[in-house]
Amino acid sequence: MEILVCVKRVPDTAENEFELNGAGNDLDRDDLVYSVNEWDNYAVEEAIQMVDKMGGSVTVVTVGDDESEEILRREMAMGANNGVLLSDDAFEGSDGKGIATILKAEIEKGSYDLILTGAQADEGAGQVGGMVAAMLDYPYASLVNKIDVMDDKKIKVGREIEGGNQEMNEISLPCVLSIQTGINEPRYVGIRGIRKVSSVEIPVKSASDLGLDAASVGSAGAKTRRVDYFVPDMGEGAEMLEGSTEEIIAKLIEKLKAKGGL
Amino acid sequence: MSSIIGPASYKLFGIFPTAILSFVLPVIGIGLFAYIMTRRIAPLVRAAPDNRLDHIGLRIKNLVVVWLGQIRQPRYMLAGVLHIVIFAGFLILSVRSISLVVIGLSDGFVLPGLGGWLGHVYNFIKDYAATFVLIACIVAAVRRGIYKPKRYAVPEKYGKDHTAEAVFVLGIISTLMISESLFEASELAYALTVDGQSHFLAPLSLVWIFKGMLTSASPGFLQGLHIFTYFVHDLAFFFFLCFLPLGKHFHVITSIFNVFFMRVQKGNIKPVQHGINDEELDSLESFGVKRLEDFTWKHMLDFHSCADCGRCSDQCPANAVGRPLSPRFITIKARDLMFKNYPLSGEIYKSKLLVEDIFTEDEIWSCTTCGACEEECPLGIEYIDKMVDLRRGMVDEGMVPQSLQKPLKALEKRGNPYGKMEKKRAEWTEDADFKAKHSIKDLGEETADTLYFVDSITSYDDNIQEIARRTSIILEKAGVDFGILGKDEKDSGNEVLRFGEEMLYQDLKQQNTEAILASGVRNIVTADPHAYNALKNDYKGLPEVKHISQVVAQKIATGELELKTCQDPDKVYVYHDPCYLGRHNGVYEAPRQAMDAINGLTRVELEKSRDRSFCCGGGGLMLFFEPEEETRMGVLRVNMAAEAGANVIVTACPFCLVNIQDAIKVAGKEGQMEALDFTELIEQHLK
Amino acid sequence: MTQIYAYIPFKNGSAEDVALEYPAAAKKIDAAAMLTAVVTGSGAELDSVATEMSKIYEQVIKVDNQALAYPNAEVVRKALVNIIPKDAILLVAHTTFGMDIAPGLSVKMDAAYAADIVDFEGIEGTRLKMVRQELGGAVSTHVTADISAGAVITIRPGAFAPVDGGAANGTITDKSADAGDLASTRKFLEVVEAEVGDVDITKSDVLVSIGRGIEEQENIELAQELATAMNAVVSCSRPIVDAKWLEKSRQVGTSGQTVKPKVYMAMGISGSFQHLGGLKGNPFIVAVNKNPKAPIFQVADVGIVTDILEFMPELTEAISSL
Repeated sequence: MEILVCVKRVPDTAENEFELNGAGNDLDRDDLVYSVNEWDNYAVEEAIQMVDKMGGSVTVVTVGDDESEEILRREMAMGANNGVLLSDDAFEGSDGKGIATILKAEIEKGSYDLILTGAQADEGAGQVGGMVAAMLDYPYASLVNKIDVMDDKKIKVGREIEGGNQEMNEISLPCVLSIQTGINEPRYVGIRGIRKVSSVEIPVKSASDLGLDAASVGSAGAKTRRVDYFVPDMGEGAEMLEGSTEEIIAKLIEKLKAKGGL
Repeated sequence: MSSIIGPASYKLFGIFPTAILSFVLPVIGIGLFAYIMTRRIAPLVRAAPDNRLDHIGLRIKNLVVVWLGQIRQPRYMLAGVLHIVIFAGFLILSVRSISLVVIGLSDGFVLPGLGGWLGHVYNFIKDYAATFVLIACIVAAVRRGIYKPKRYAVPEKYGKDHTAEAVFVLGIISTLMISESLFEASELAYALTVDGQSHFLAPLSLVWIFKGMLTSASPGFLQGLHIFTYFVHDLAFFFFLCFLPLGKHFHVITSIFNVFFMRVQKGNIKPVQHGINDEELDSLESFGVKRLEDFTWKHMLDFHSCADCGRCSDQCPANAVGRPLSPRFITIKARDLMFKNYPLSGEIYKSKLLVEDIFTEDEIWSCTTCGACEEECPLGIEYIDKMVDLRRGMVDEGMVPQSLQKPLKALEKRGNPYGKMEKKRAEWTEDADFKAKHSIKDLGEETADTLYFVDSITSYDDNIQEIARRTSIILEKAGVDFGILGKDEKDSGNEVLRFGEEMLYQDLKQQNTEAILASGVRNIVTADPHAYNALKNDYKGLPEVKHISQVVAQKIATGELELKTCQDPDKVYVYHDPCYLGRHNGVYEAPRQAMDAINGLTRVELEKSRDRSFCCGGGGLMLFFEPEEETRMGVLRVNMAAEAGANVIVTACPFCLVNIQDAIKVAGKEGQMEALDFTELIEQHLK
Repeated sequence: MTQIYAYIPFKNGSAEDVALEYPAAAKKIDAAAMLTAVVTGSGAELDSVATEMSKIYEQVIKVDNQALAYPNAEVVRKALVNIIPKDAILLVAHTTFGMDIAPGLSVKMDAAYAADIVDFEGIEGTRLKMVRQELGGAVSTHVTADISAGAVITIRPGAFAPVDGGAANGTITDKSADAGDLASTRKFLEVVEAEVGDVDITKSDVLVSIGRGIEEQENIELAQELATAMNAVVSCSRPIVDAKWLEKSRQVGTSGQTVKPKVYMAMGISGSFQHLGGLKGNPFIVAVNKNPKAPIFQVADVGIVTDILEFMPELTEAISSL
């Protein structure tokens, strides 16, 4: 099975305490550390496990700048066979559809049975997989937490839905799936693993390599734009309730009512 | 004069010379033994290299003290004494056994030098030796077969009970003792009854008793018994010799080598591969132990040498709390695999991944590397290096539990397992009360004589930061000119190394080493024993490293630090030895001396203290690992302290403090017991 | 005039709460917008939901087709492409269904897309200004979208104040005939219910969660009484499971369950990051702890420094007497 996994380099939420810059309109990026989007990591692990069982190859692709190469190497250290970096100044400022358009162009250049994405990334939109599928007219399932290959034309997938229940679907190949965390236990990649693949060639493709019109992607083609970042006023830590026990309880009950706790 | 006919001259049924048997038995026995030994050595030949010819002086000392002196045996008194008796008996009787083999071919053979008075002395001693060995065997058999001490039990998941083998071997040893004594007694009884010759015998020895019993026997019976017992002994001897390499009694042969080659340094971890230095690590195809043959030859010798005595697992805190780890069975399972893959005859099997074949991932992650097992093993079998090697293999294969992946990644990106920002590493100095009175030098900008290496938990954990502040106050009071590395300090990597993430450790080590050397300090102090251990034993080329307790003890001795009388004289204090301060680095006295320098402080000792200290649950990355266990190590430790009559547990390690504080709550002893860091106790009592 | 359509999710014949939240969201987009509810499904269940919606919305469109009996995103998408006008704004709840359908639908409708919106700040020219969160809720952002060719927007359930239903007397239009070909490459098979212990803490909107501050097993009763009064479920942190006082399925944390309650009562929980890792969906956290320095107070919305063993019974009594 030929599997393509779309991955993204994101600020590491586990390791960062986000602060805004001086102007207050962007993150203070000086002290951020980046890594591969957690959901994508599960997608890559799933792809590797499938290929281990059935043969084929795993390709990881990302849209990003030179620094995104690092995450491709990390996923290749996990066991992905190939990496492709889609990079062009014209891609900057792409919205979800722009990214999907770029990925679609790359997907059409290959011949993949299965395209995986993470269920969501740093922006929390969870949009690219569904868009790519719609553009390619491939079937799509989001939040997939189980994949059973039935034959070379069909797979059975479980989707994580509300209440921890699982919605089972049968989907024909080729298709696009967005992968939910917990579908597997991604293997560990240490510095040594990355060094082993440090000299593997990773092709970089530009808009013209992909035959894309620069106006259809990037900020030029984006219908949706981020204007700024801000931290909603939530105050410092908890609001401490003080006073007599009766007063505290009265205040607390009022708040609980407002928040649906009572 | 007719004396008894020895096996060299005797003719069975008057025609068959038994000398033929005396010749054939040793030839077959020795041949078979040599064959078995080559098969047993086969895996060692294929094993990874190991450098065990360094520190020859220390090795000879170990041979004298640990092997010959059996110094570790009496730590378990009854079993230890029994073993010493049998061991000493074997050493003494080995001479007699060699003589006996030759006597089968040449009547009245005596080893050179044992002809005269020395021979008489030897005979006197060896008669008692055989007697005591027999008594020890009987006591041991009763103990193993009837009383069955708990530590010998084999949990179901590890296979069948080993009692039968143990008792069988005790039976063979007894047979050797009895047949040897009867062989001699029959000759002497014959001499007495037929020739009227009397020999002096060690009173109450086996030979003495047997001779007494045989005085009324017929010469024919005695002659028959003499020949019969000779061959019983000969057969038992060579059977035993060939039986030894088939099981746990292999240690009779290997122990001398195993002890000679045992670990001589403490606190350090073996290199990924002996002969490959840190700069060459990238050239290695594979890291750590994945398959049987990846173990070093010494580690394989360990597997051969295990006597199955169960002391390691009896001391193992992971085993005590029901984690899926028992060091004894790490060895037994590996030994059984060596026997299976390298059978006595036929083809050698290709080995599989150990963690899928005989070990489980959780089993290998369950070890806190406290070192209690190694400290106890009378044979010098090591575990920590094996655990680390197995973990290196798992890390290389990507088999790392999710709970550990996060802190490892944070260490890679941020230099601490919490993923906190580097610039916040010195935030503990910003505490308002502290800052008002104390200013800490940042060695990135200023210079000082001494570096205070804080390490991650003390830098970042809100509760533990207090240790950093108190350590600083103590150093200041003691007149030490010191500073910190601040954002340039990375995690010491003590656990990163021990959890098998070698390259990450190398990275941390390199960054710290560069920062420390650039700071130009001449001394290093830390209050974290894990950092102390890493800097002292794993890093190279750094200034001298001291734990704060050593500094305090020393400054008290010189009078530079003075302590008040005990602020809480009604409390009963107990000191818990942190593994990485005590067992791995031998710092047992300094913290006790410092505590005892507080007038009026009542201090008791835990039963398990110093080199038998019981791990609190482990530090560093172990705090992130979520083991399967029935209870917490800390809870057992708190209960031990309560039994010792203490209500304040003083420790000198931030991880011990975290674990014991937690354990007090889990054990429901809040209000009755409290945990205190050494620095807190001392700082409270500074004059 | 802005046309807004709201896709109504329902379960067992009754619409989900978000049906009452769309009108508030629509009003924030454009107070003068025409709002239409869209219900897809089949048979009597669909009719009952459509009728229910006509009491909230002036306009209700229903699409009845056997293929829509279960909300298979691909099938629903095909129907909606044919039903929703090209320049309209379609609102979908940001649920597992919304995430499944909406991105692809925006492509098929060639409309702008915005996901998981928590607030709207009106339309300027052709651009709609919205608020959403990134990085797991650590920061918020303003985004704008060009809605001149329509938009598909998912809104976060619970982010908009629900309106009072029942006042409207809407018309129900049956557009089943417009749904078009609903053949699908994705076939819904079944829903496998999650295995749970005696209680499923992941399903409760309110959790009374206990930590070490509970001190003794007998005191769990106090938490249980509070939970009963609040119609909540008792969950806990790891030490409680370690002590075997509660079963593992009650544990919140990275090594336990991940929960997304609306309200989280952290009783005597210090708030280790392993514990907080199991707490998702930005709940309202009430922390009660003896230790004023407990890290839980950093993340809680409301904090009270006191002994839970004294506080809980009093709170239980006060709530019971409401």
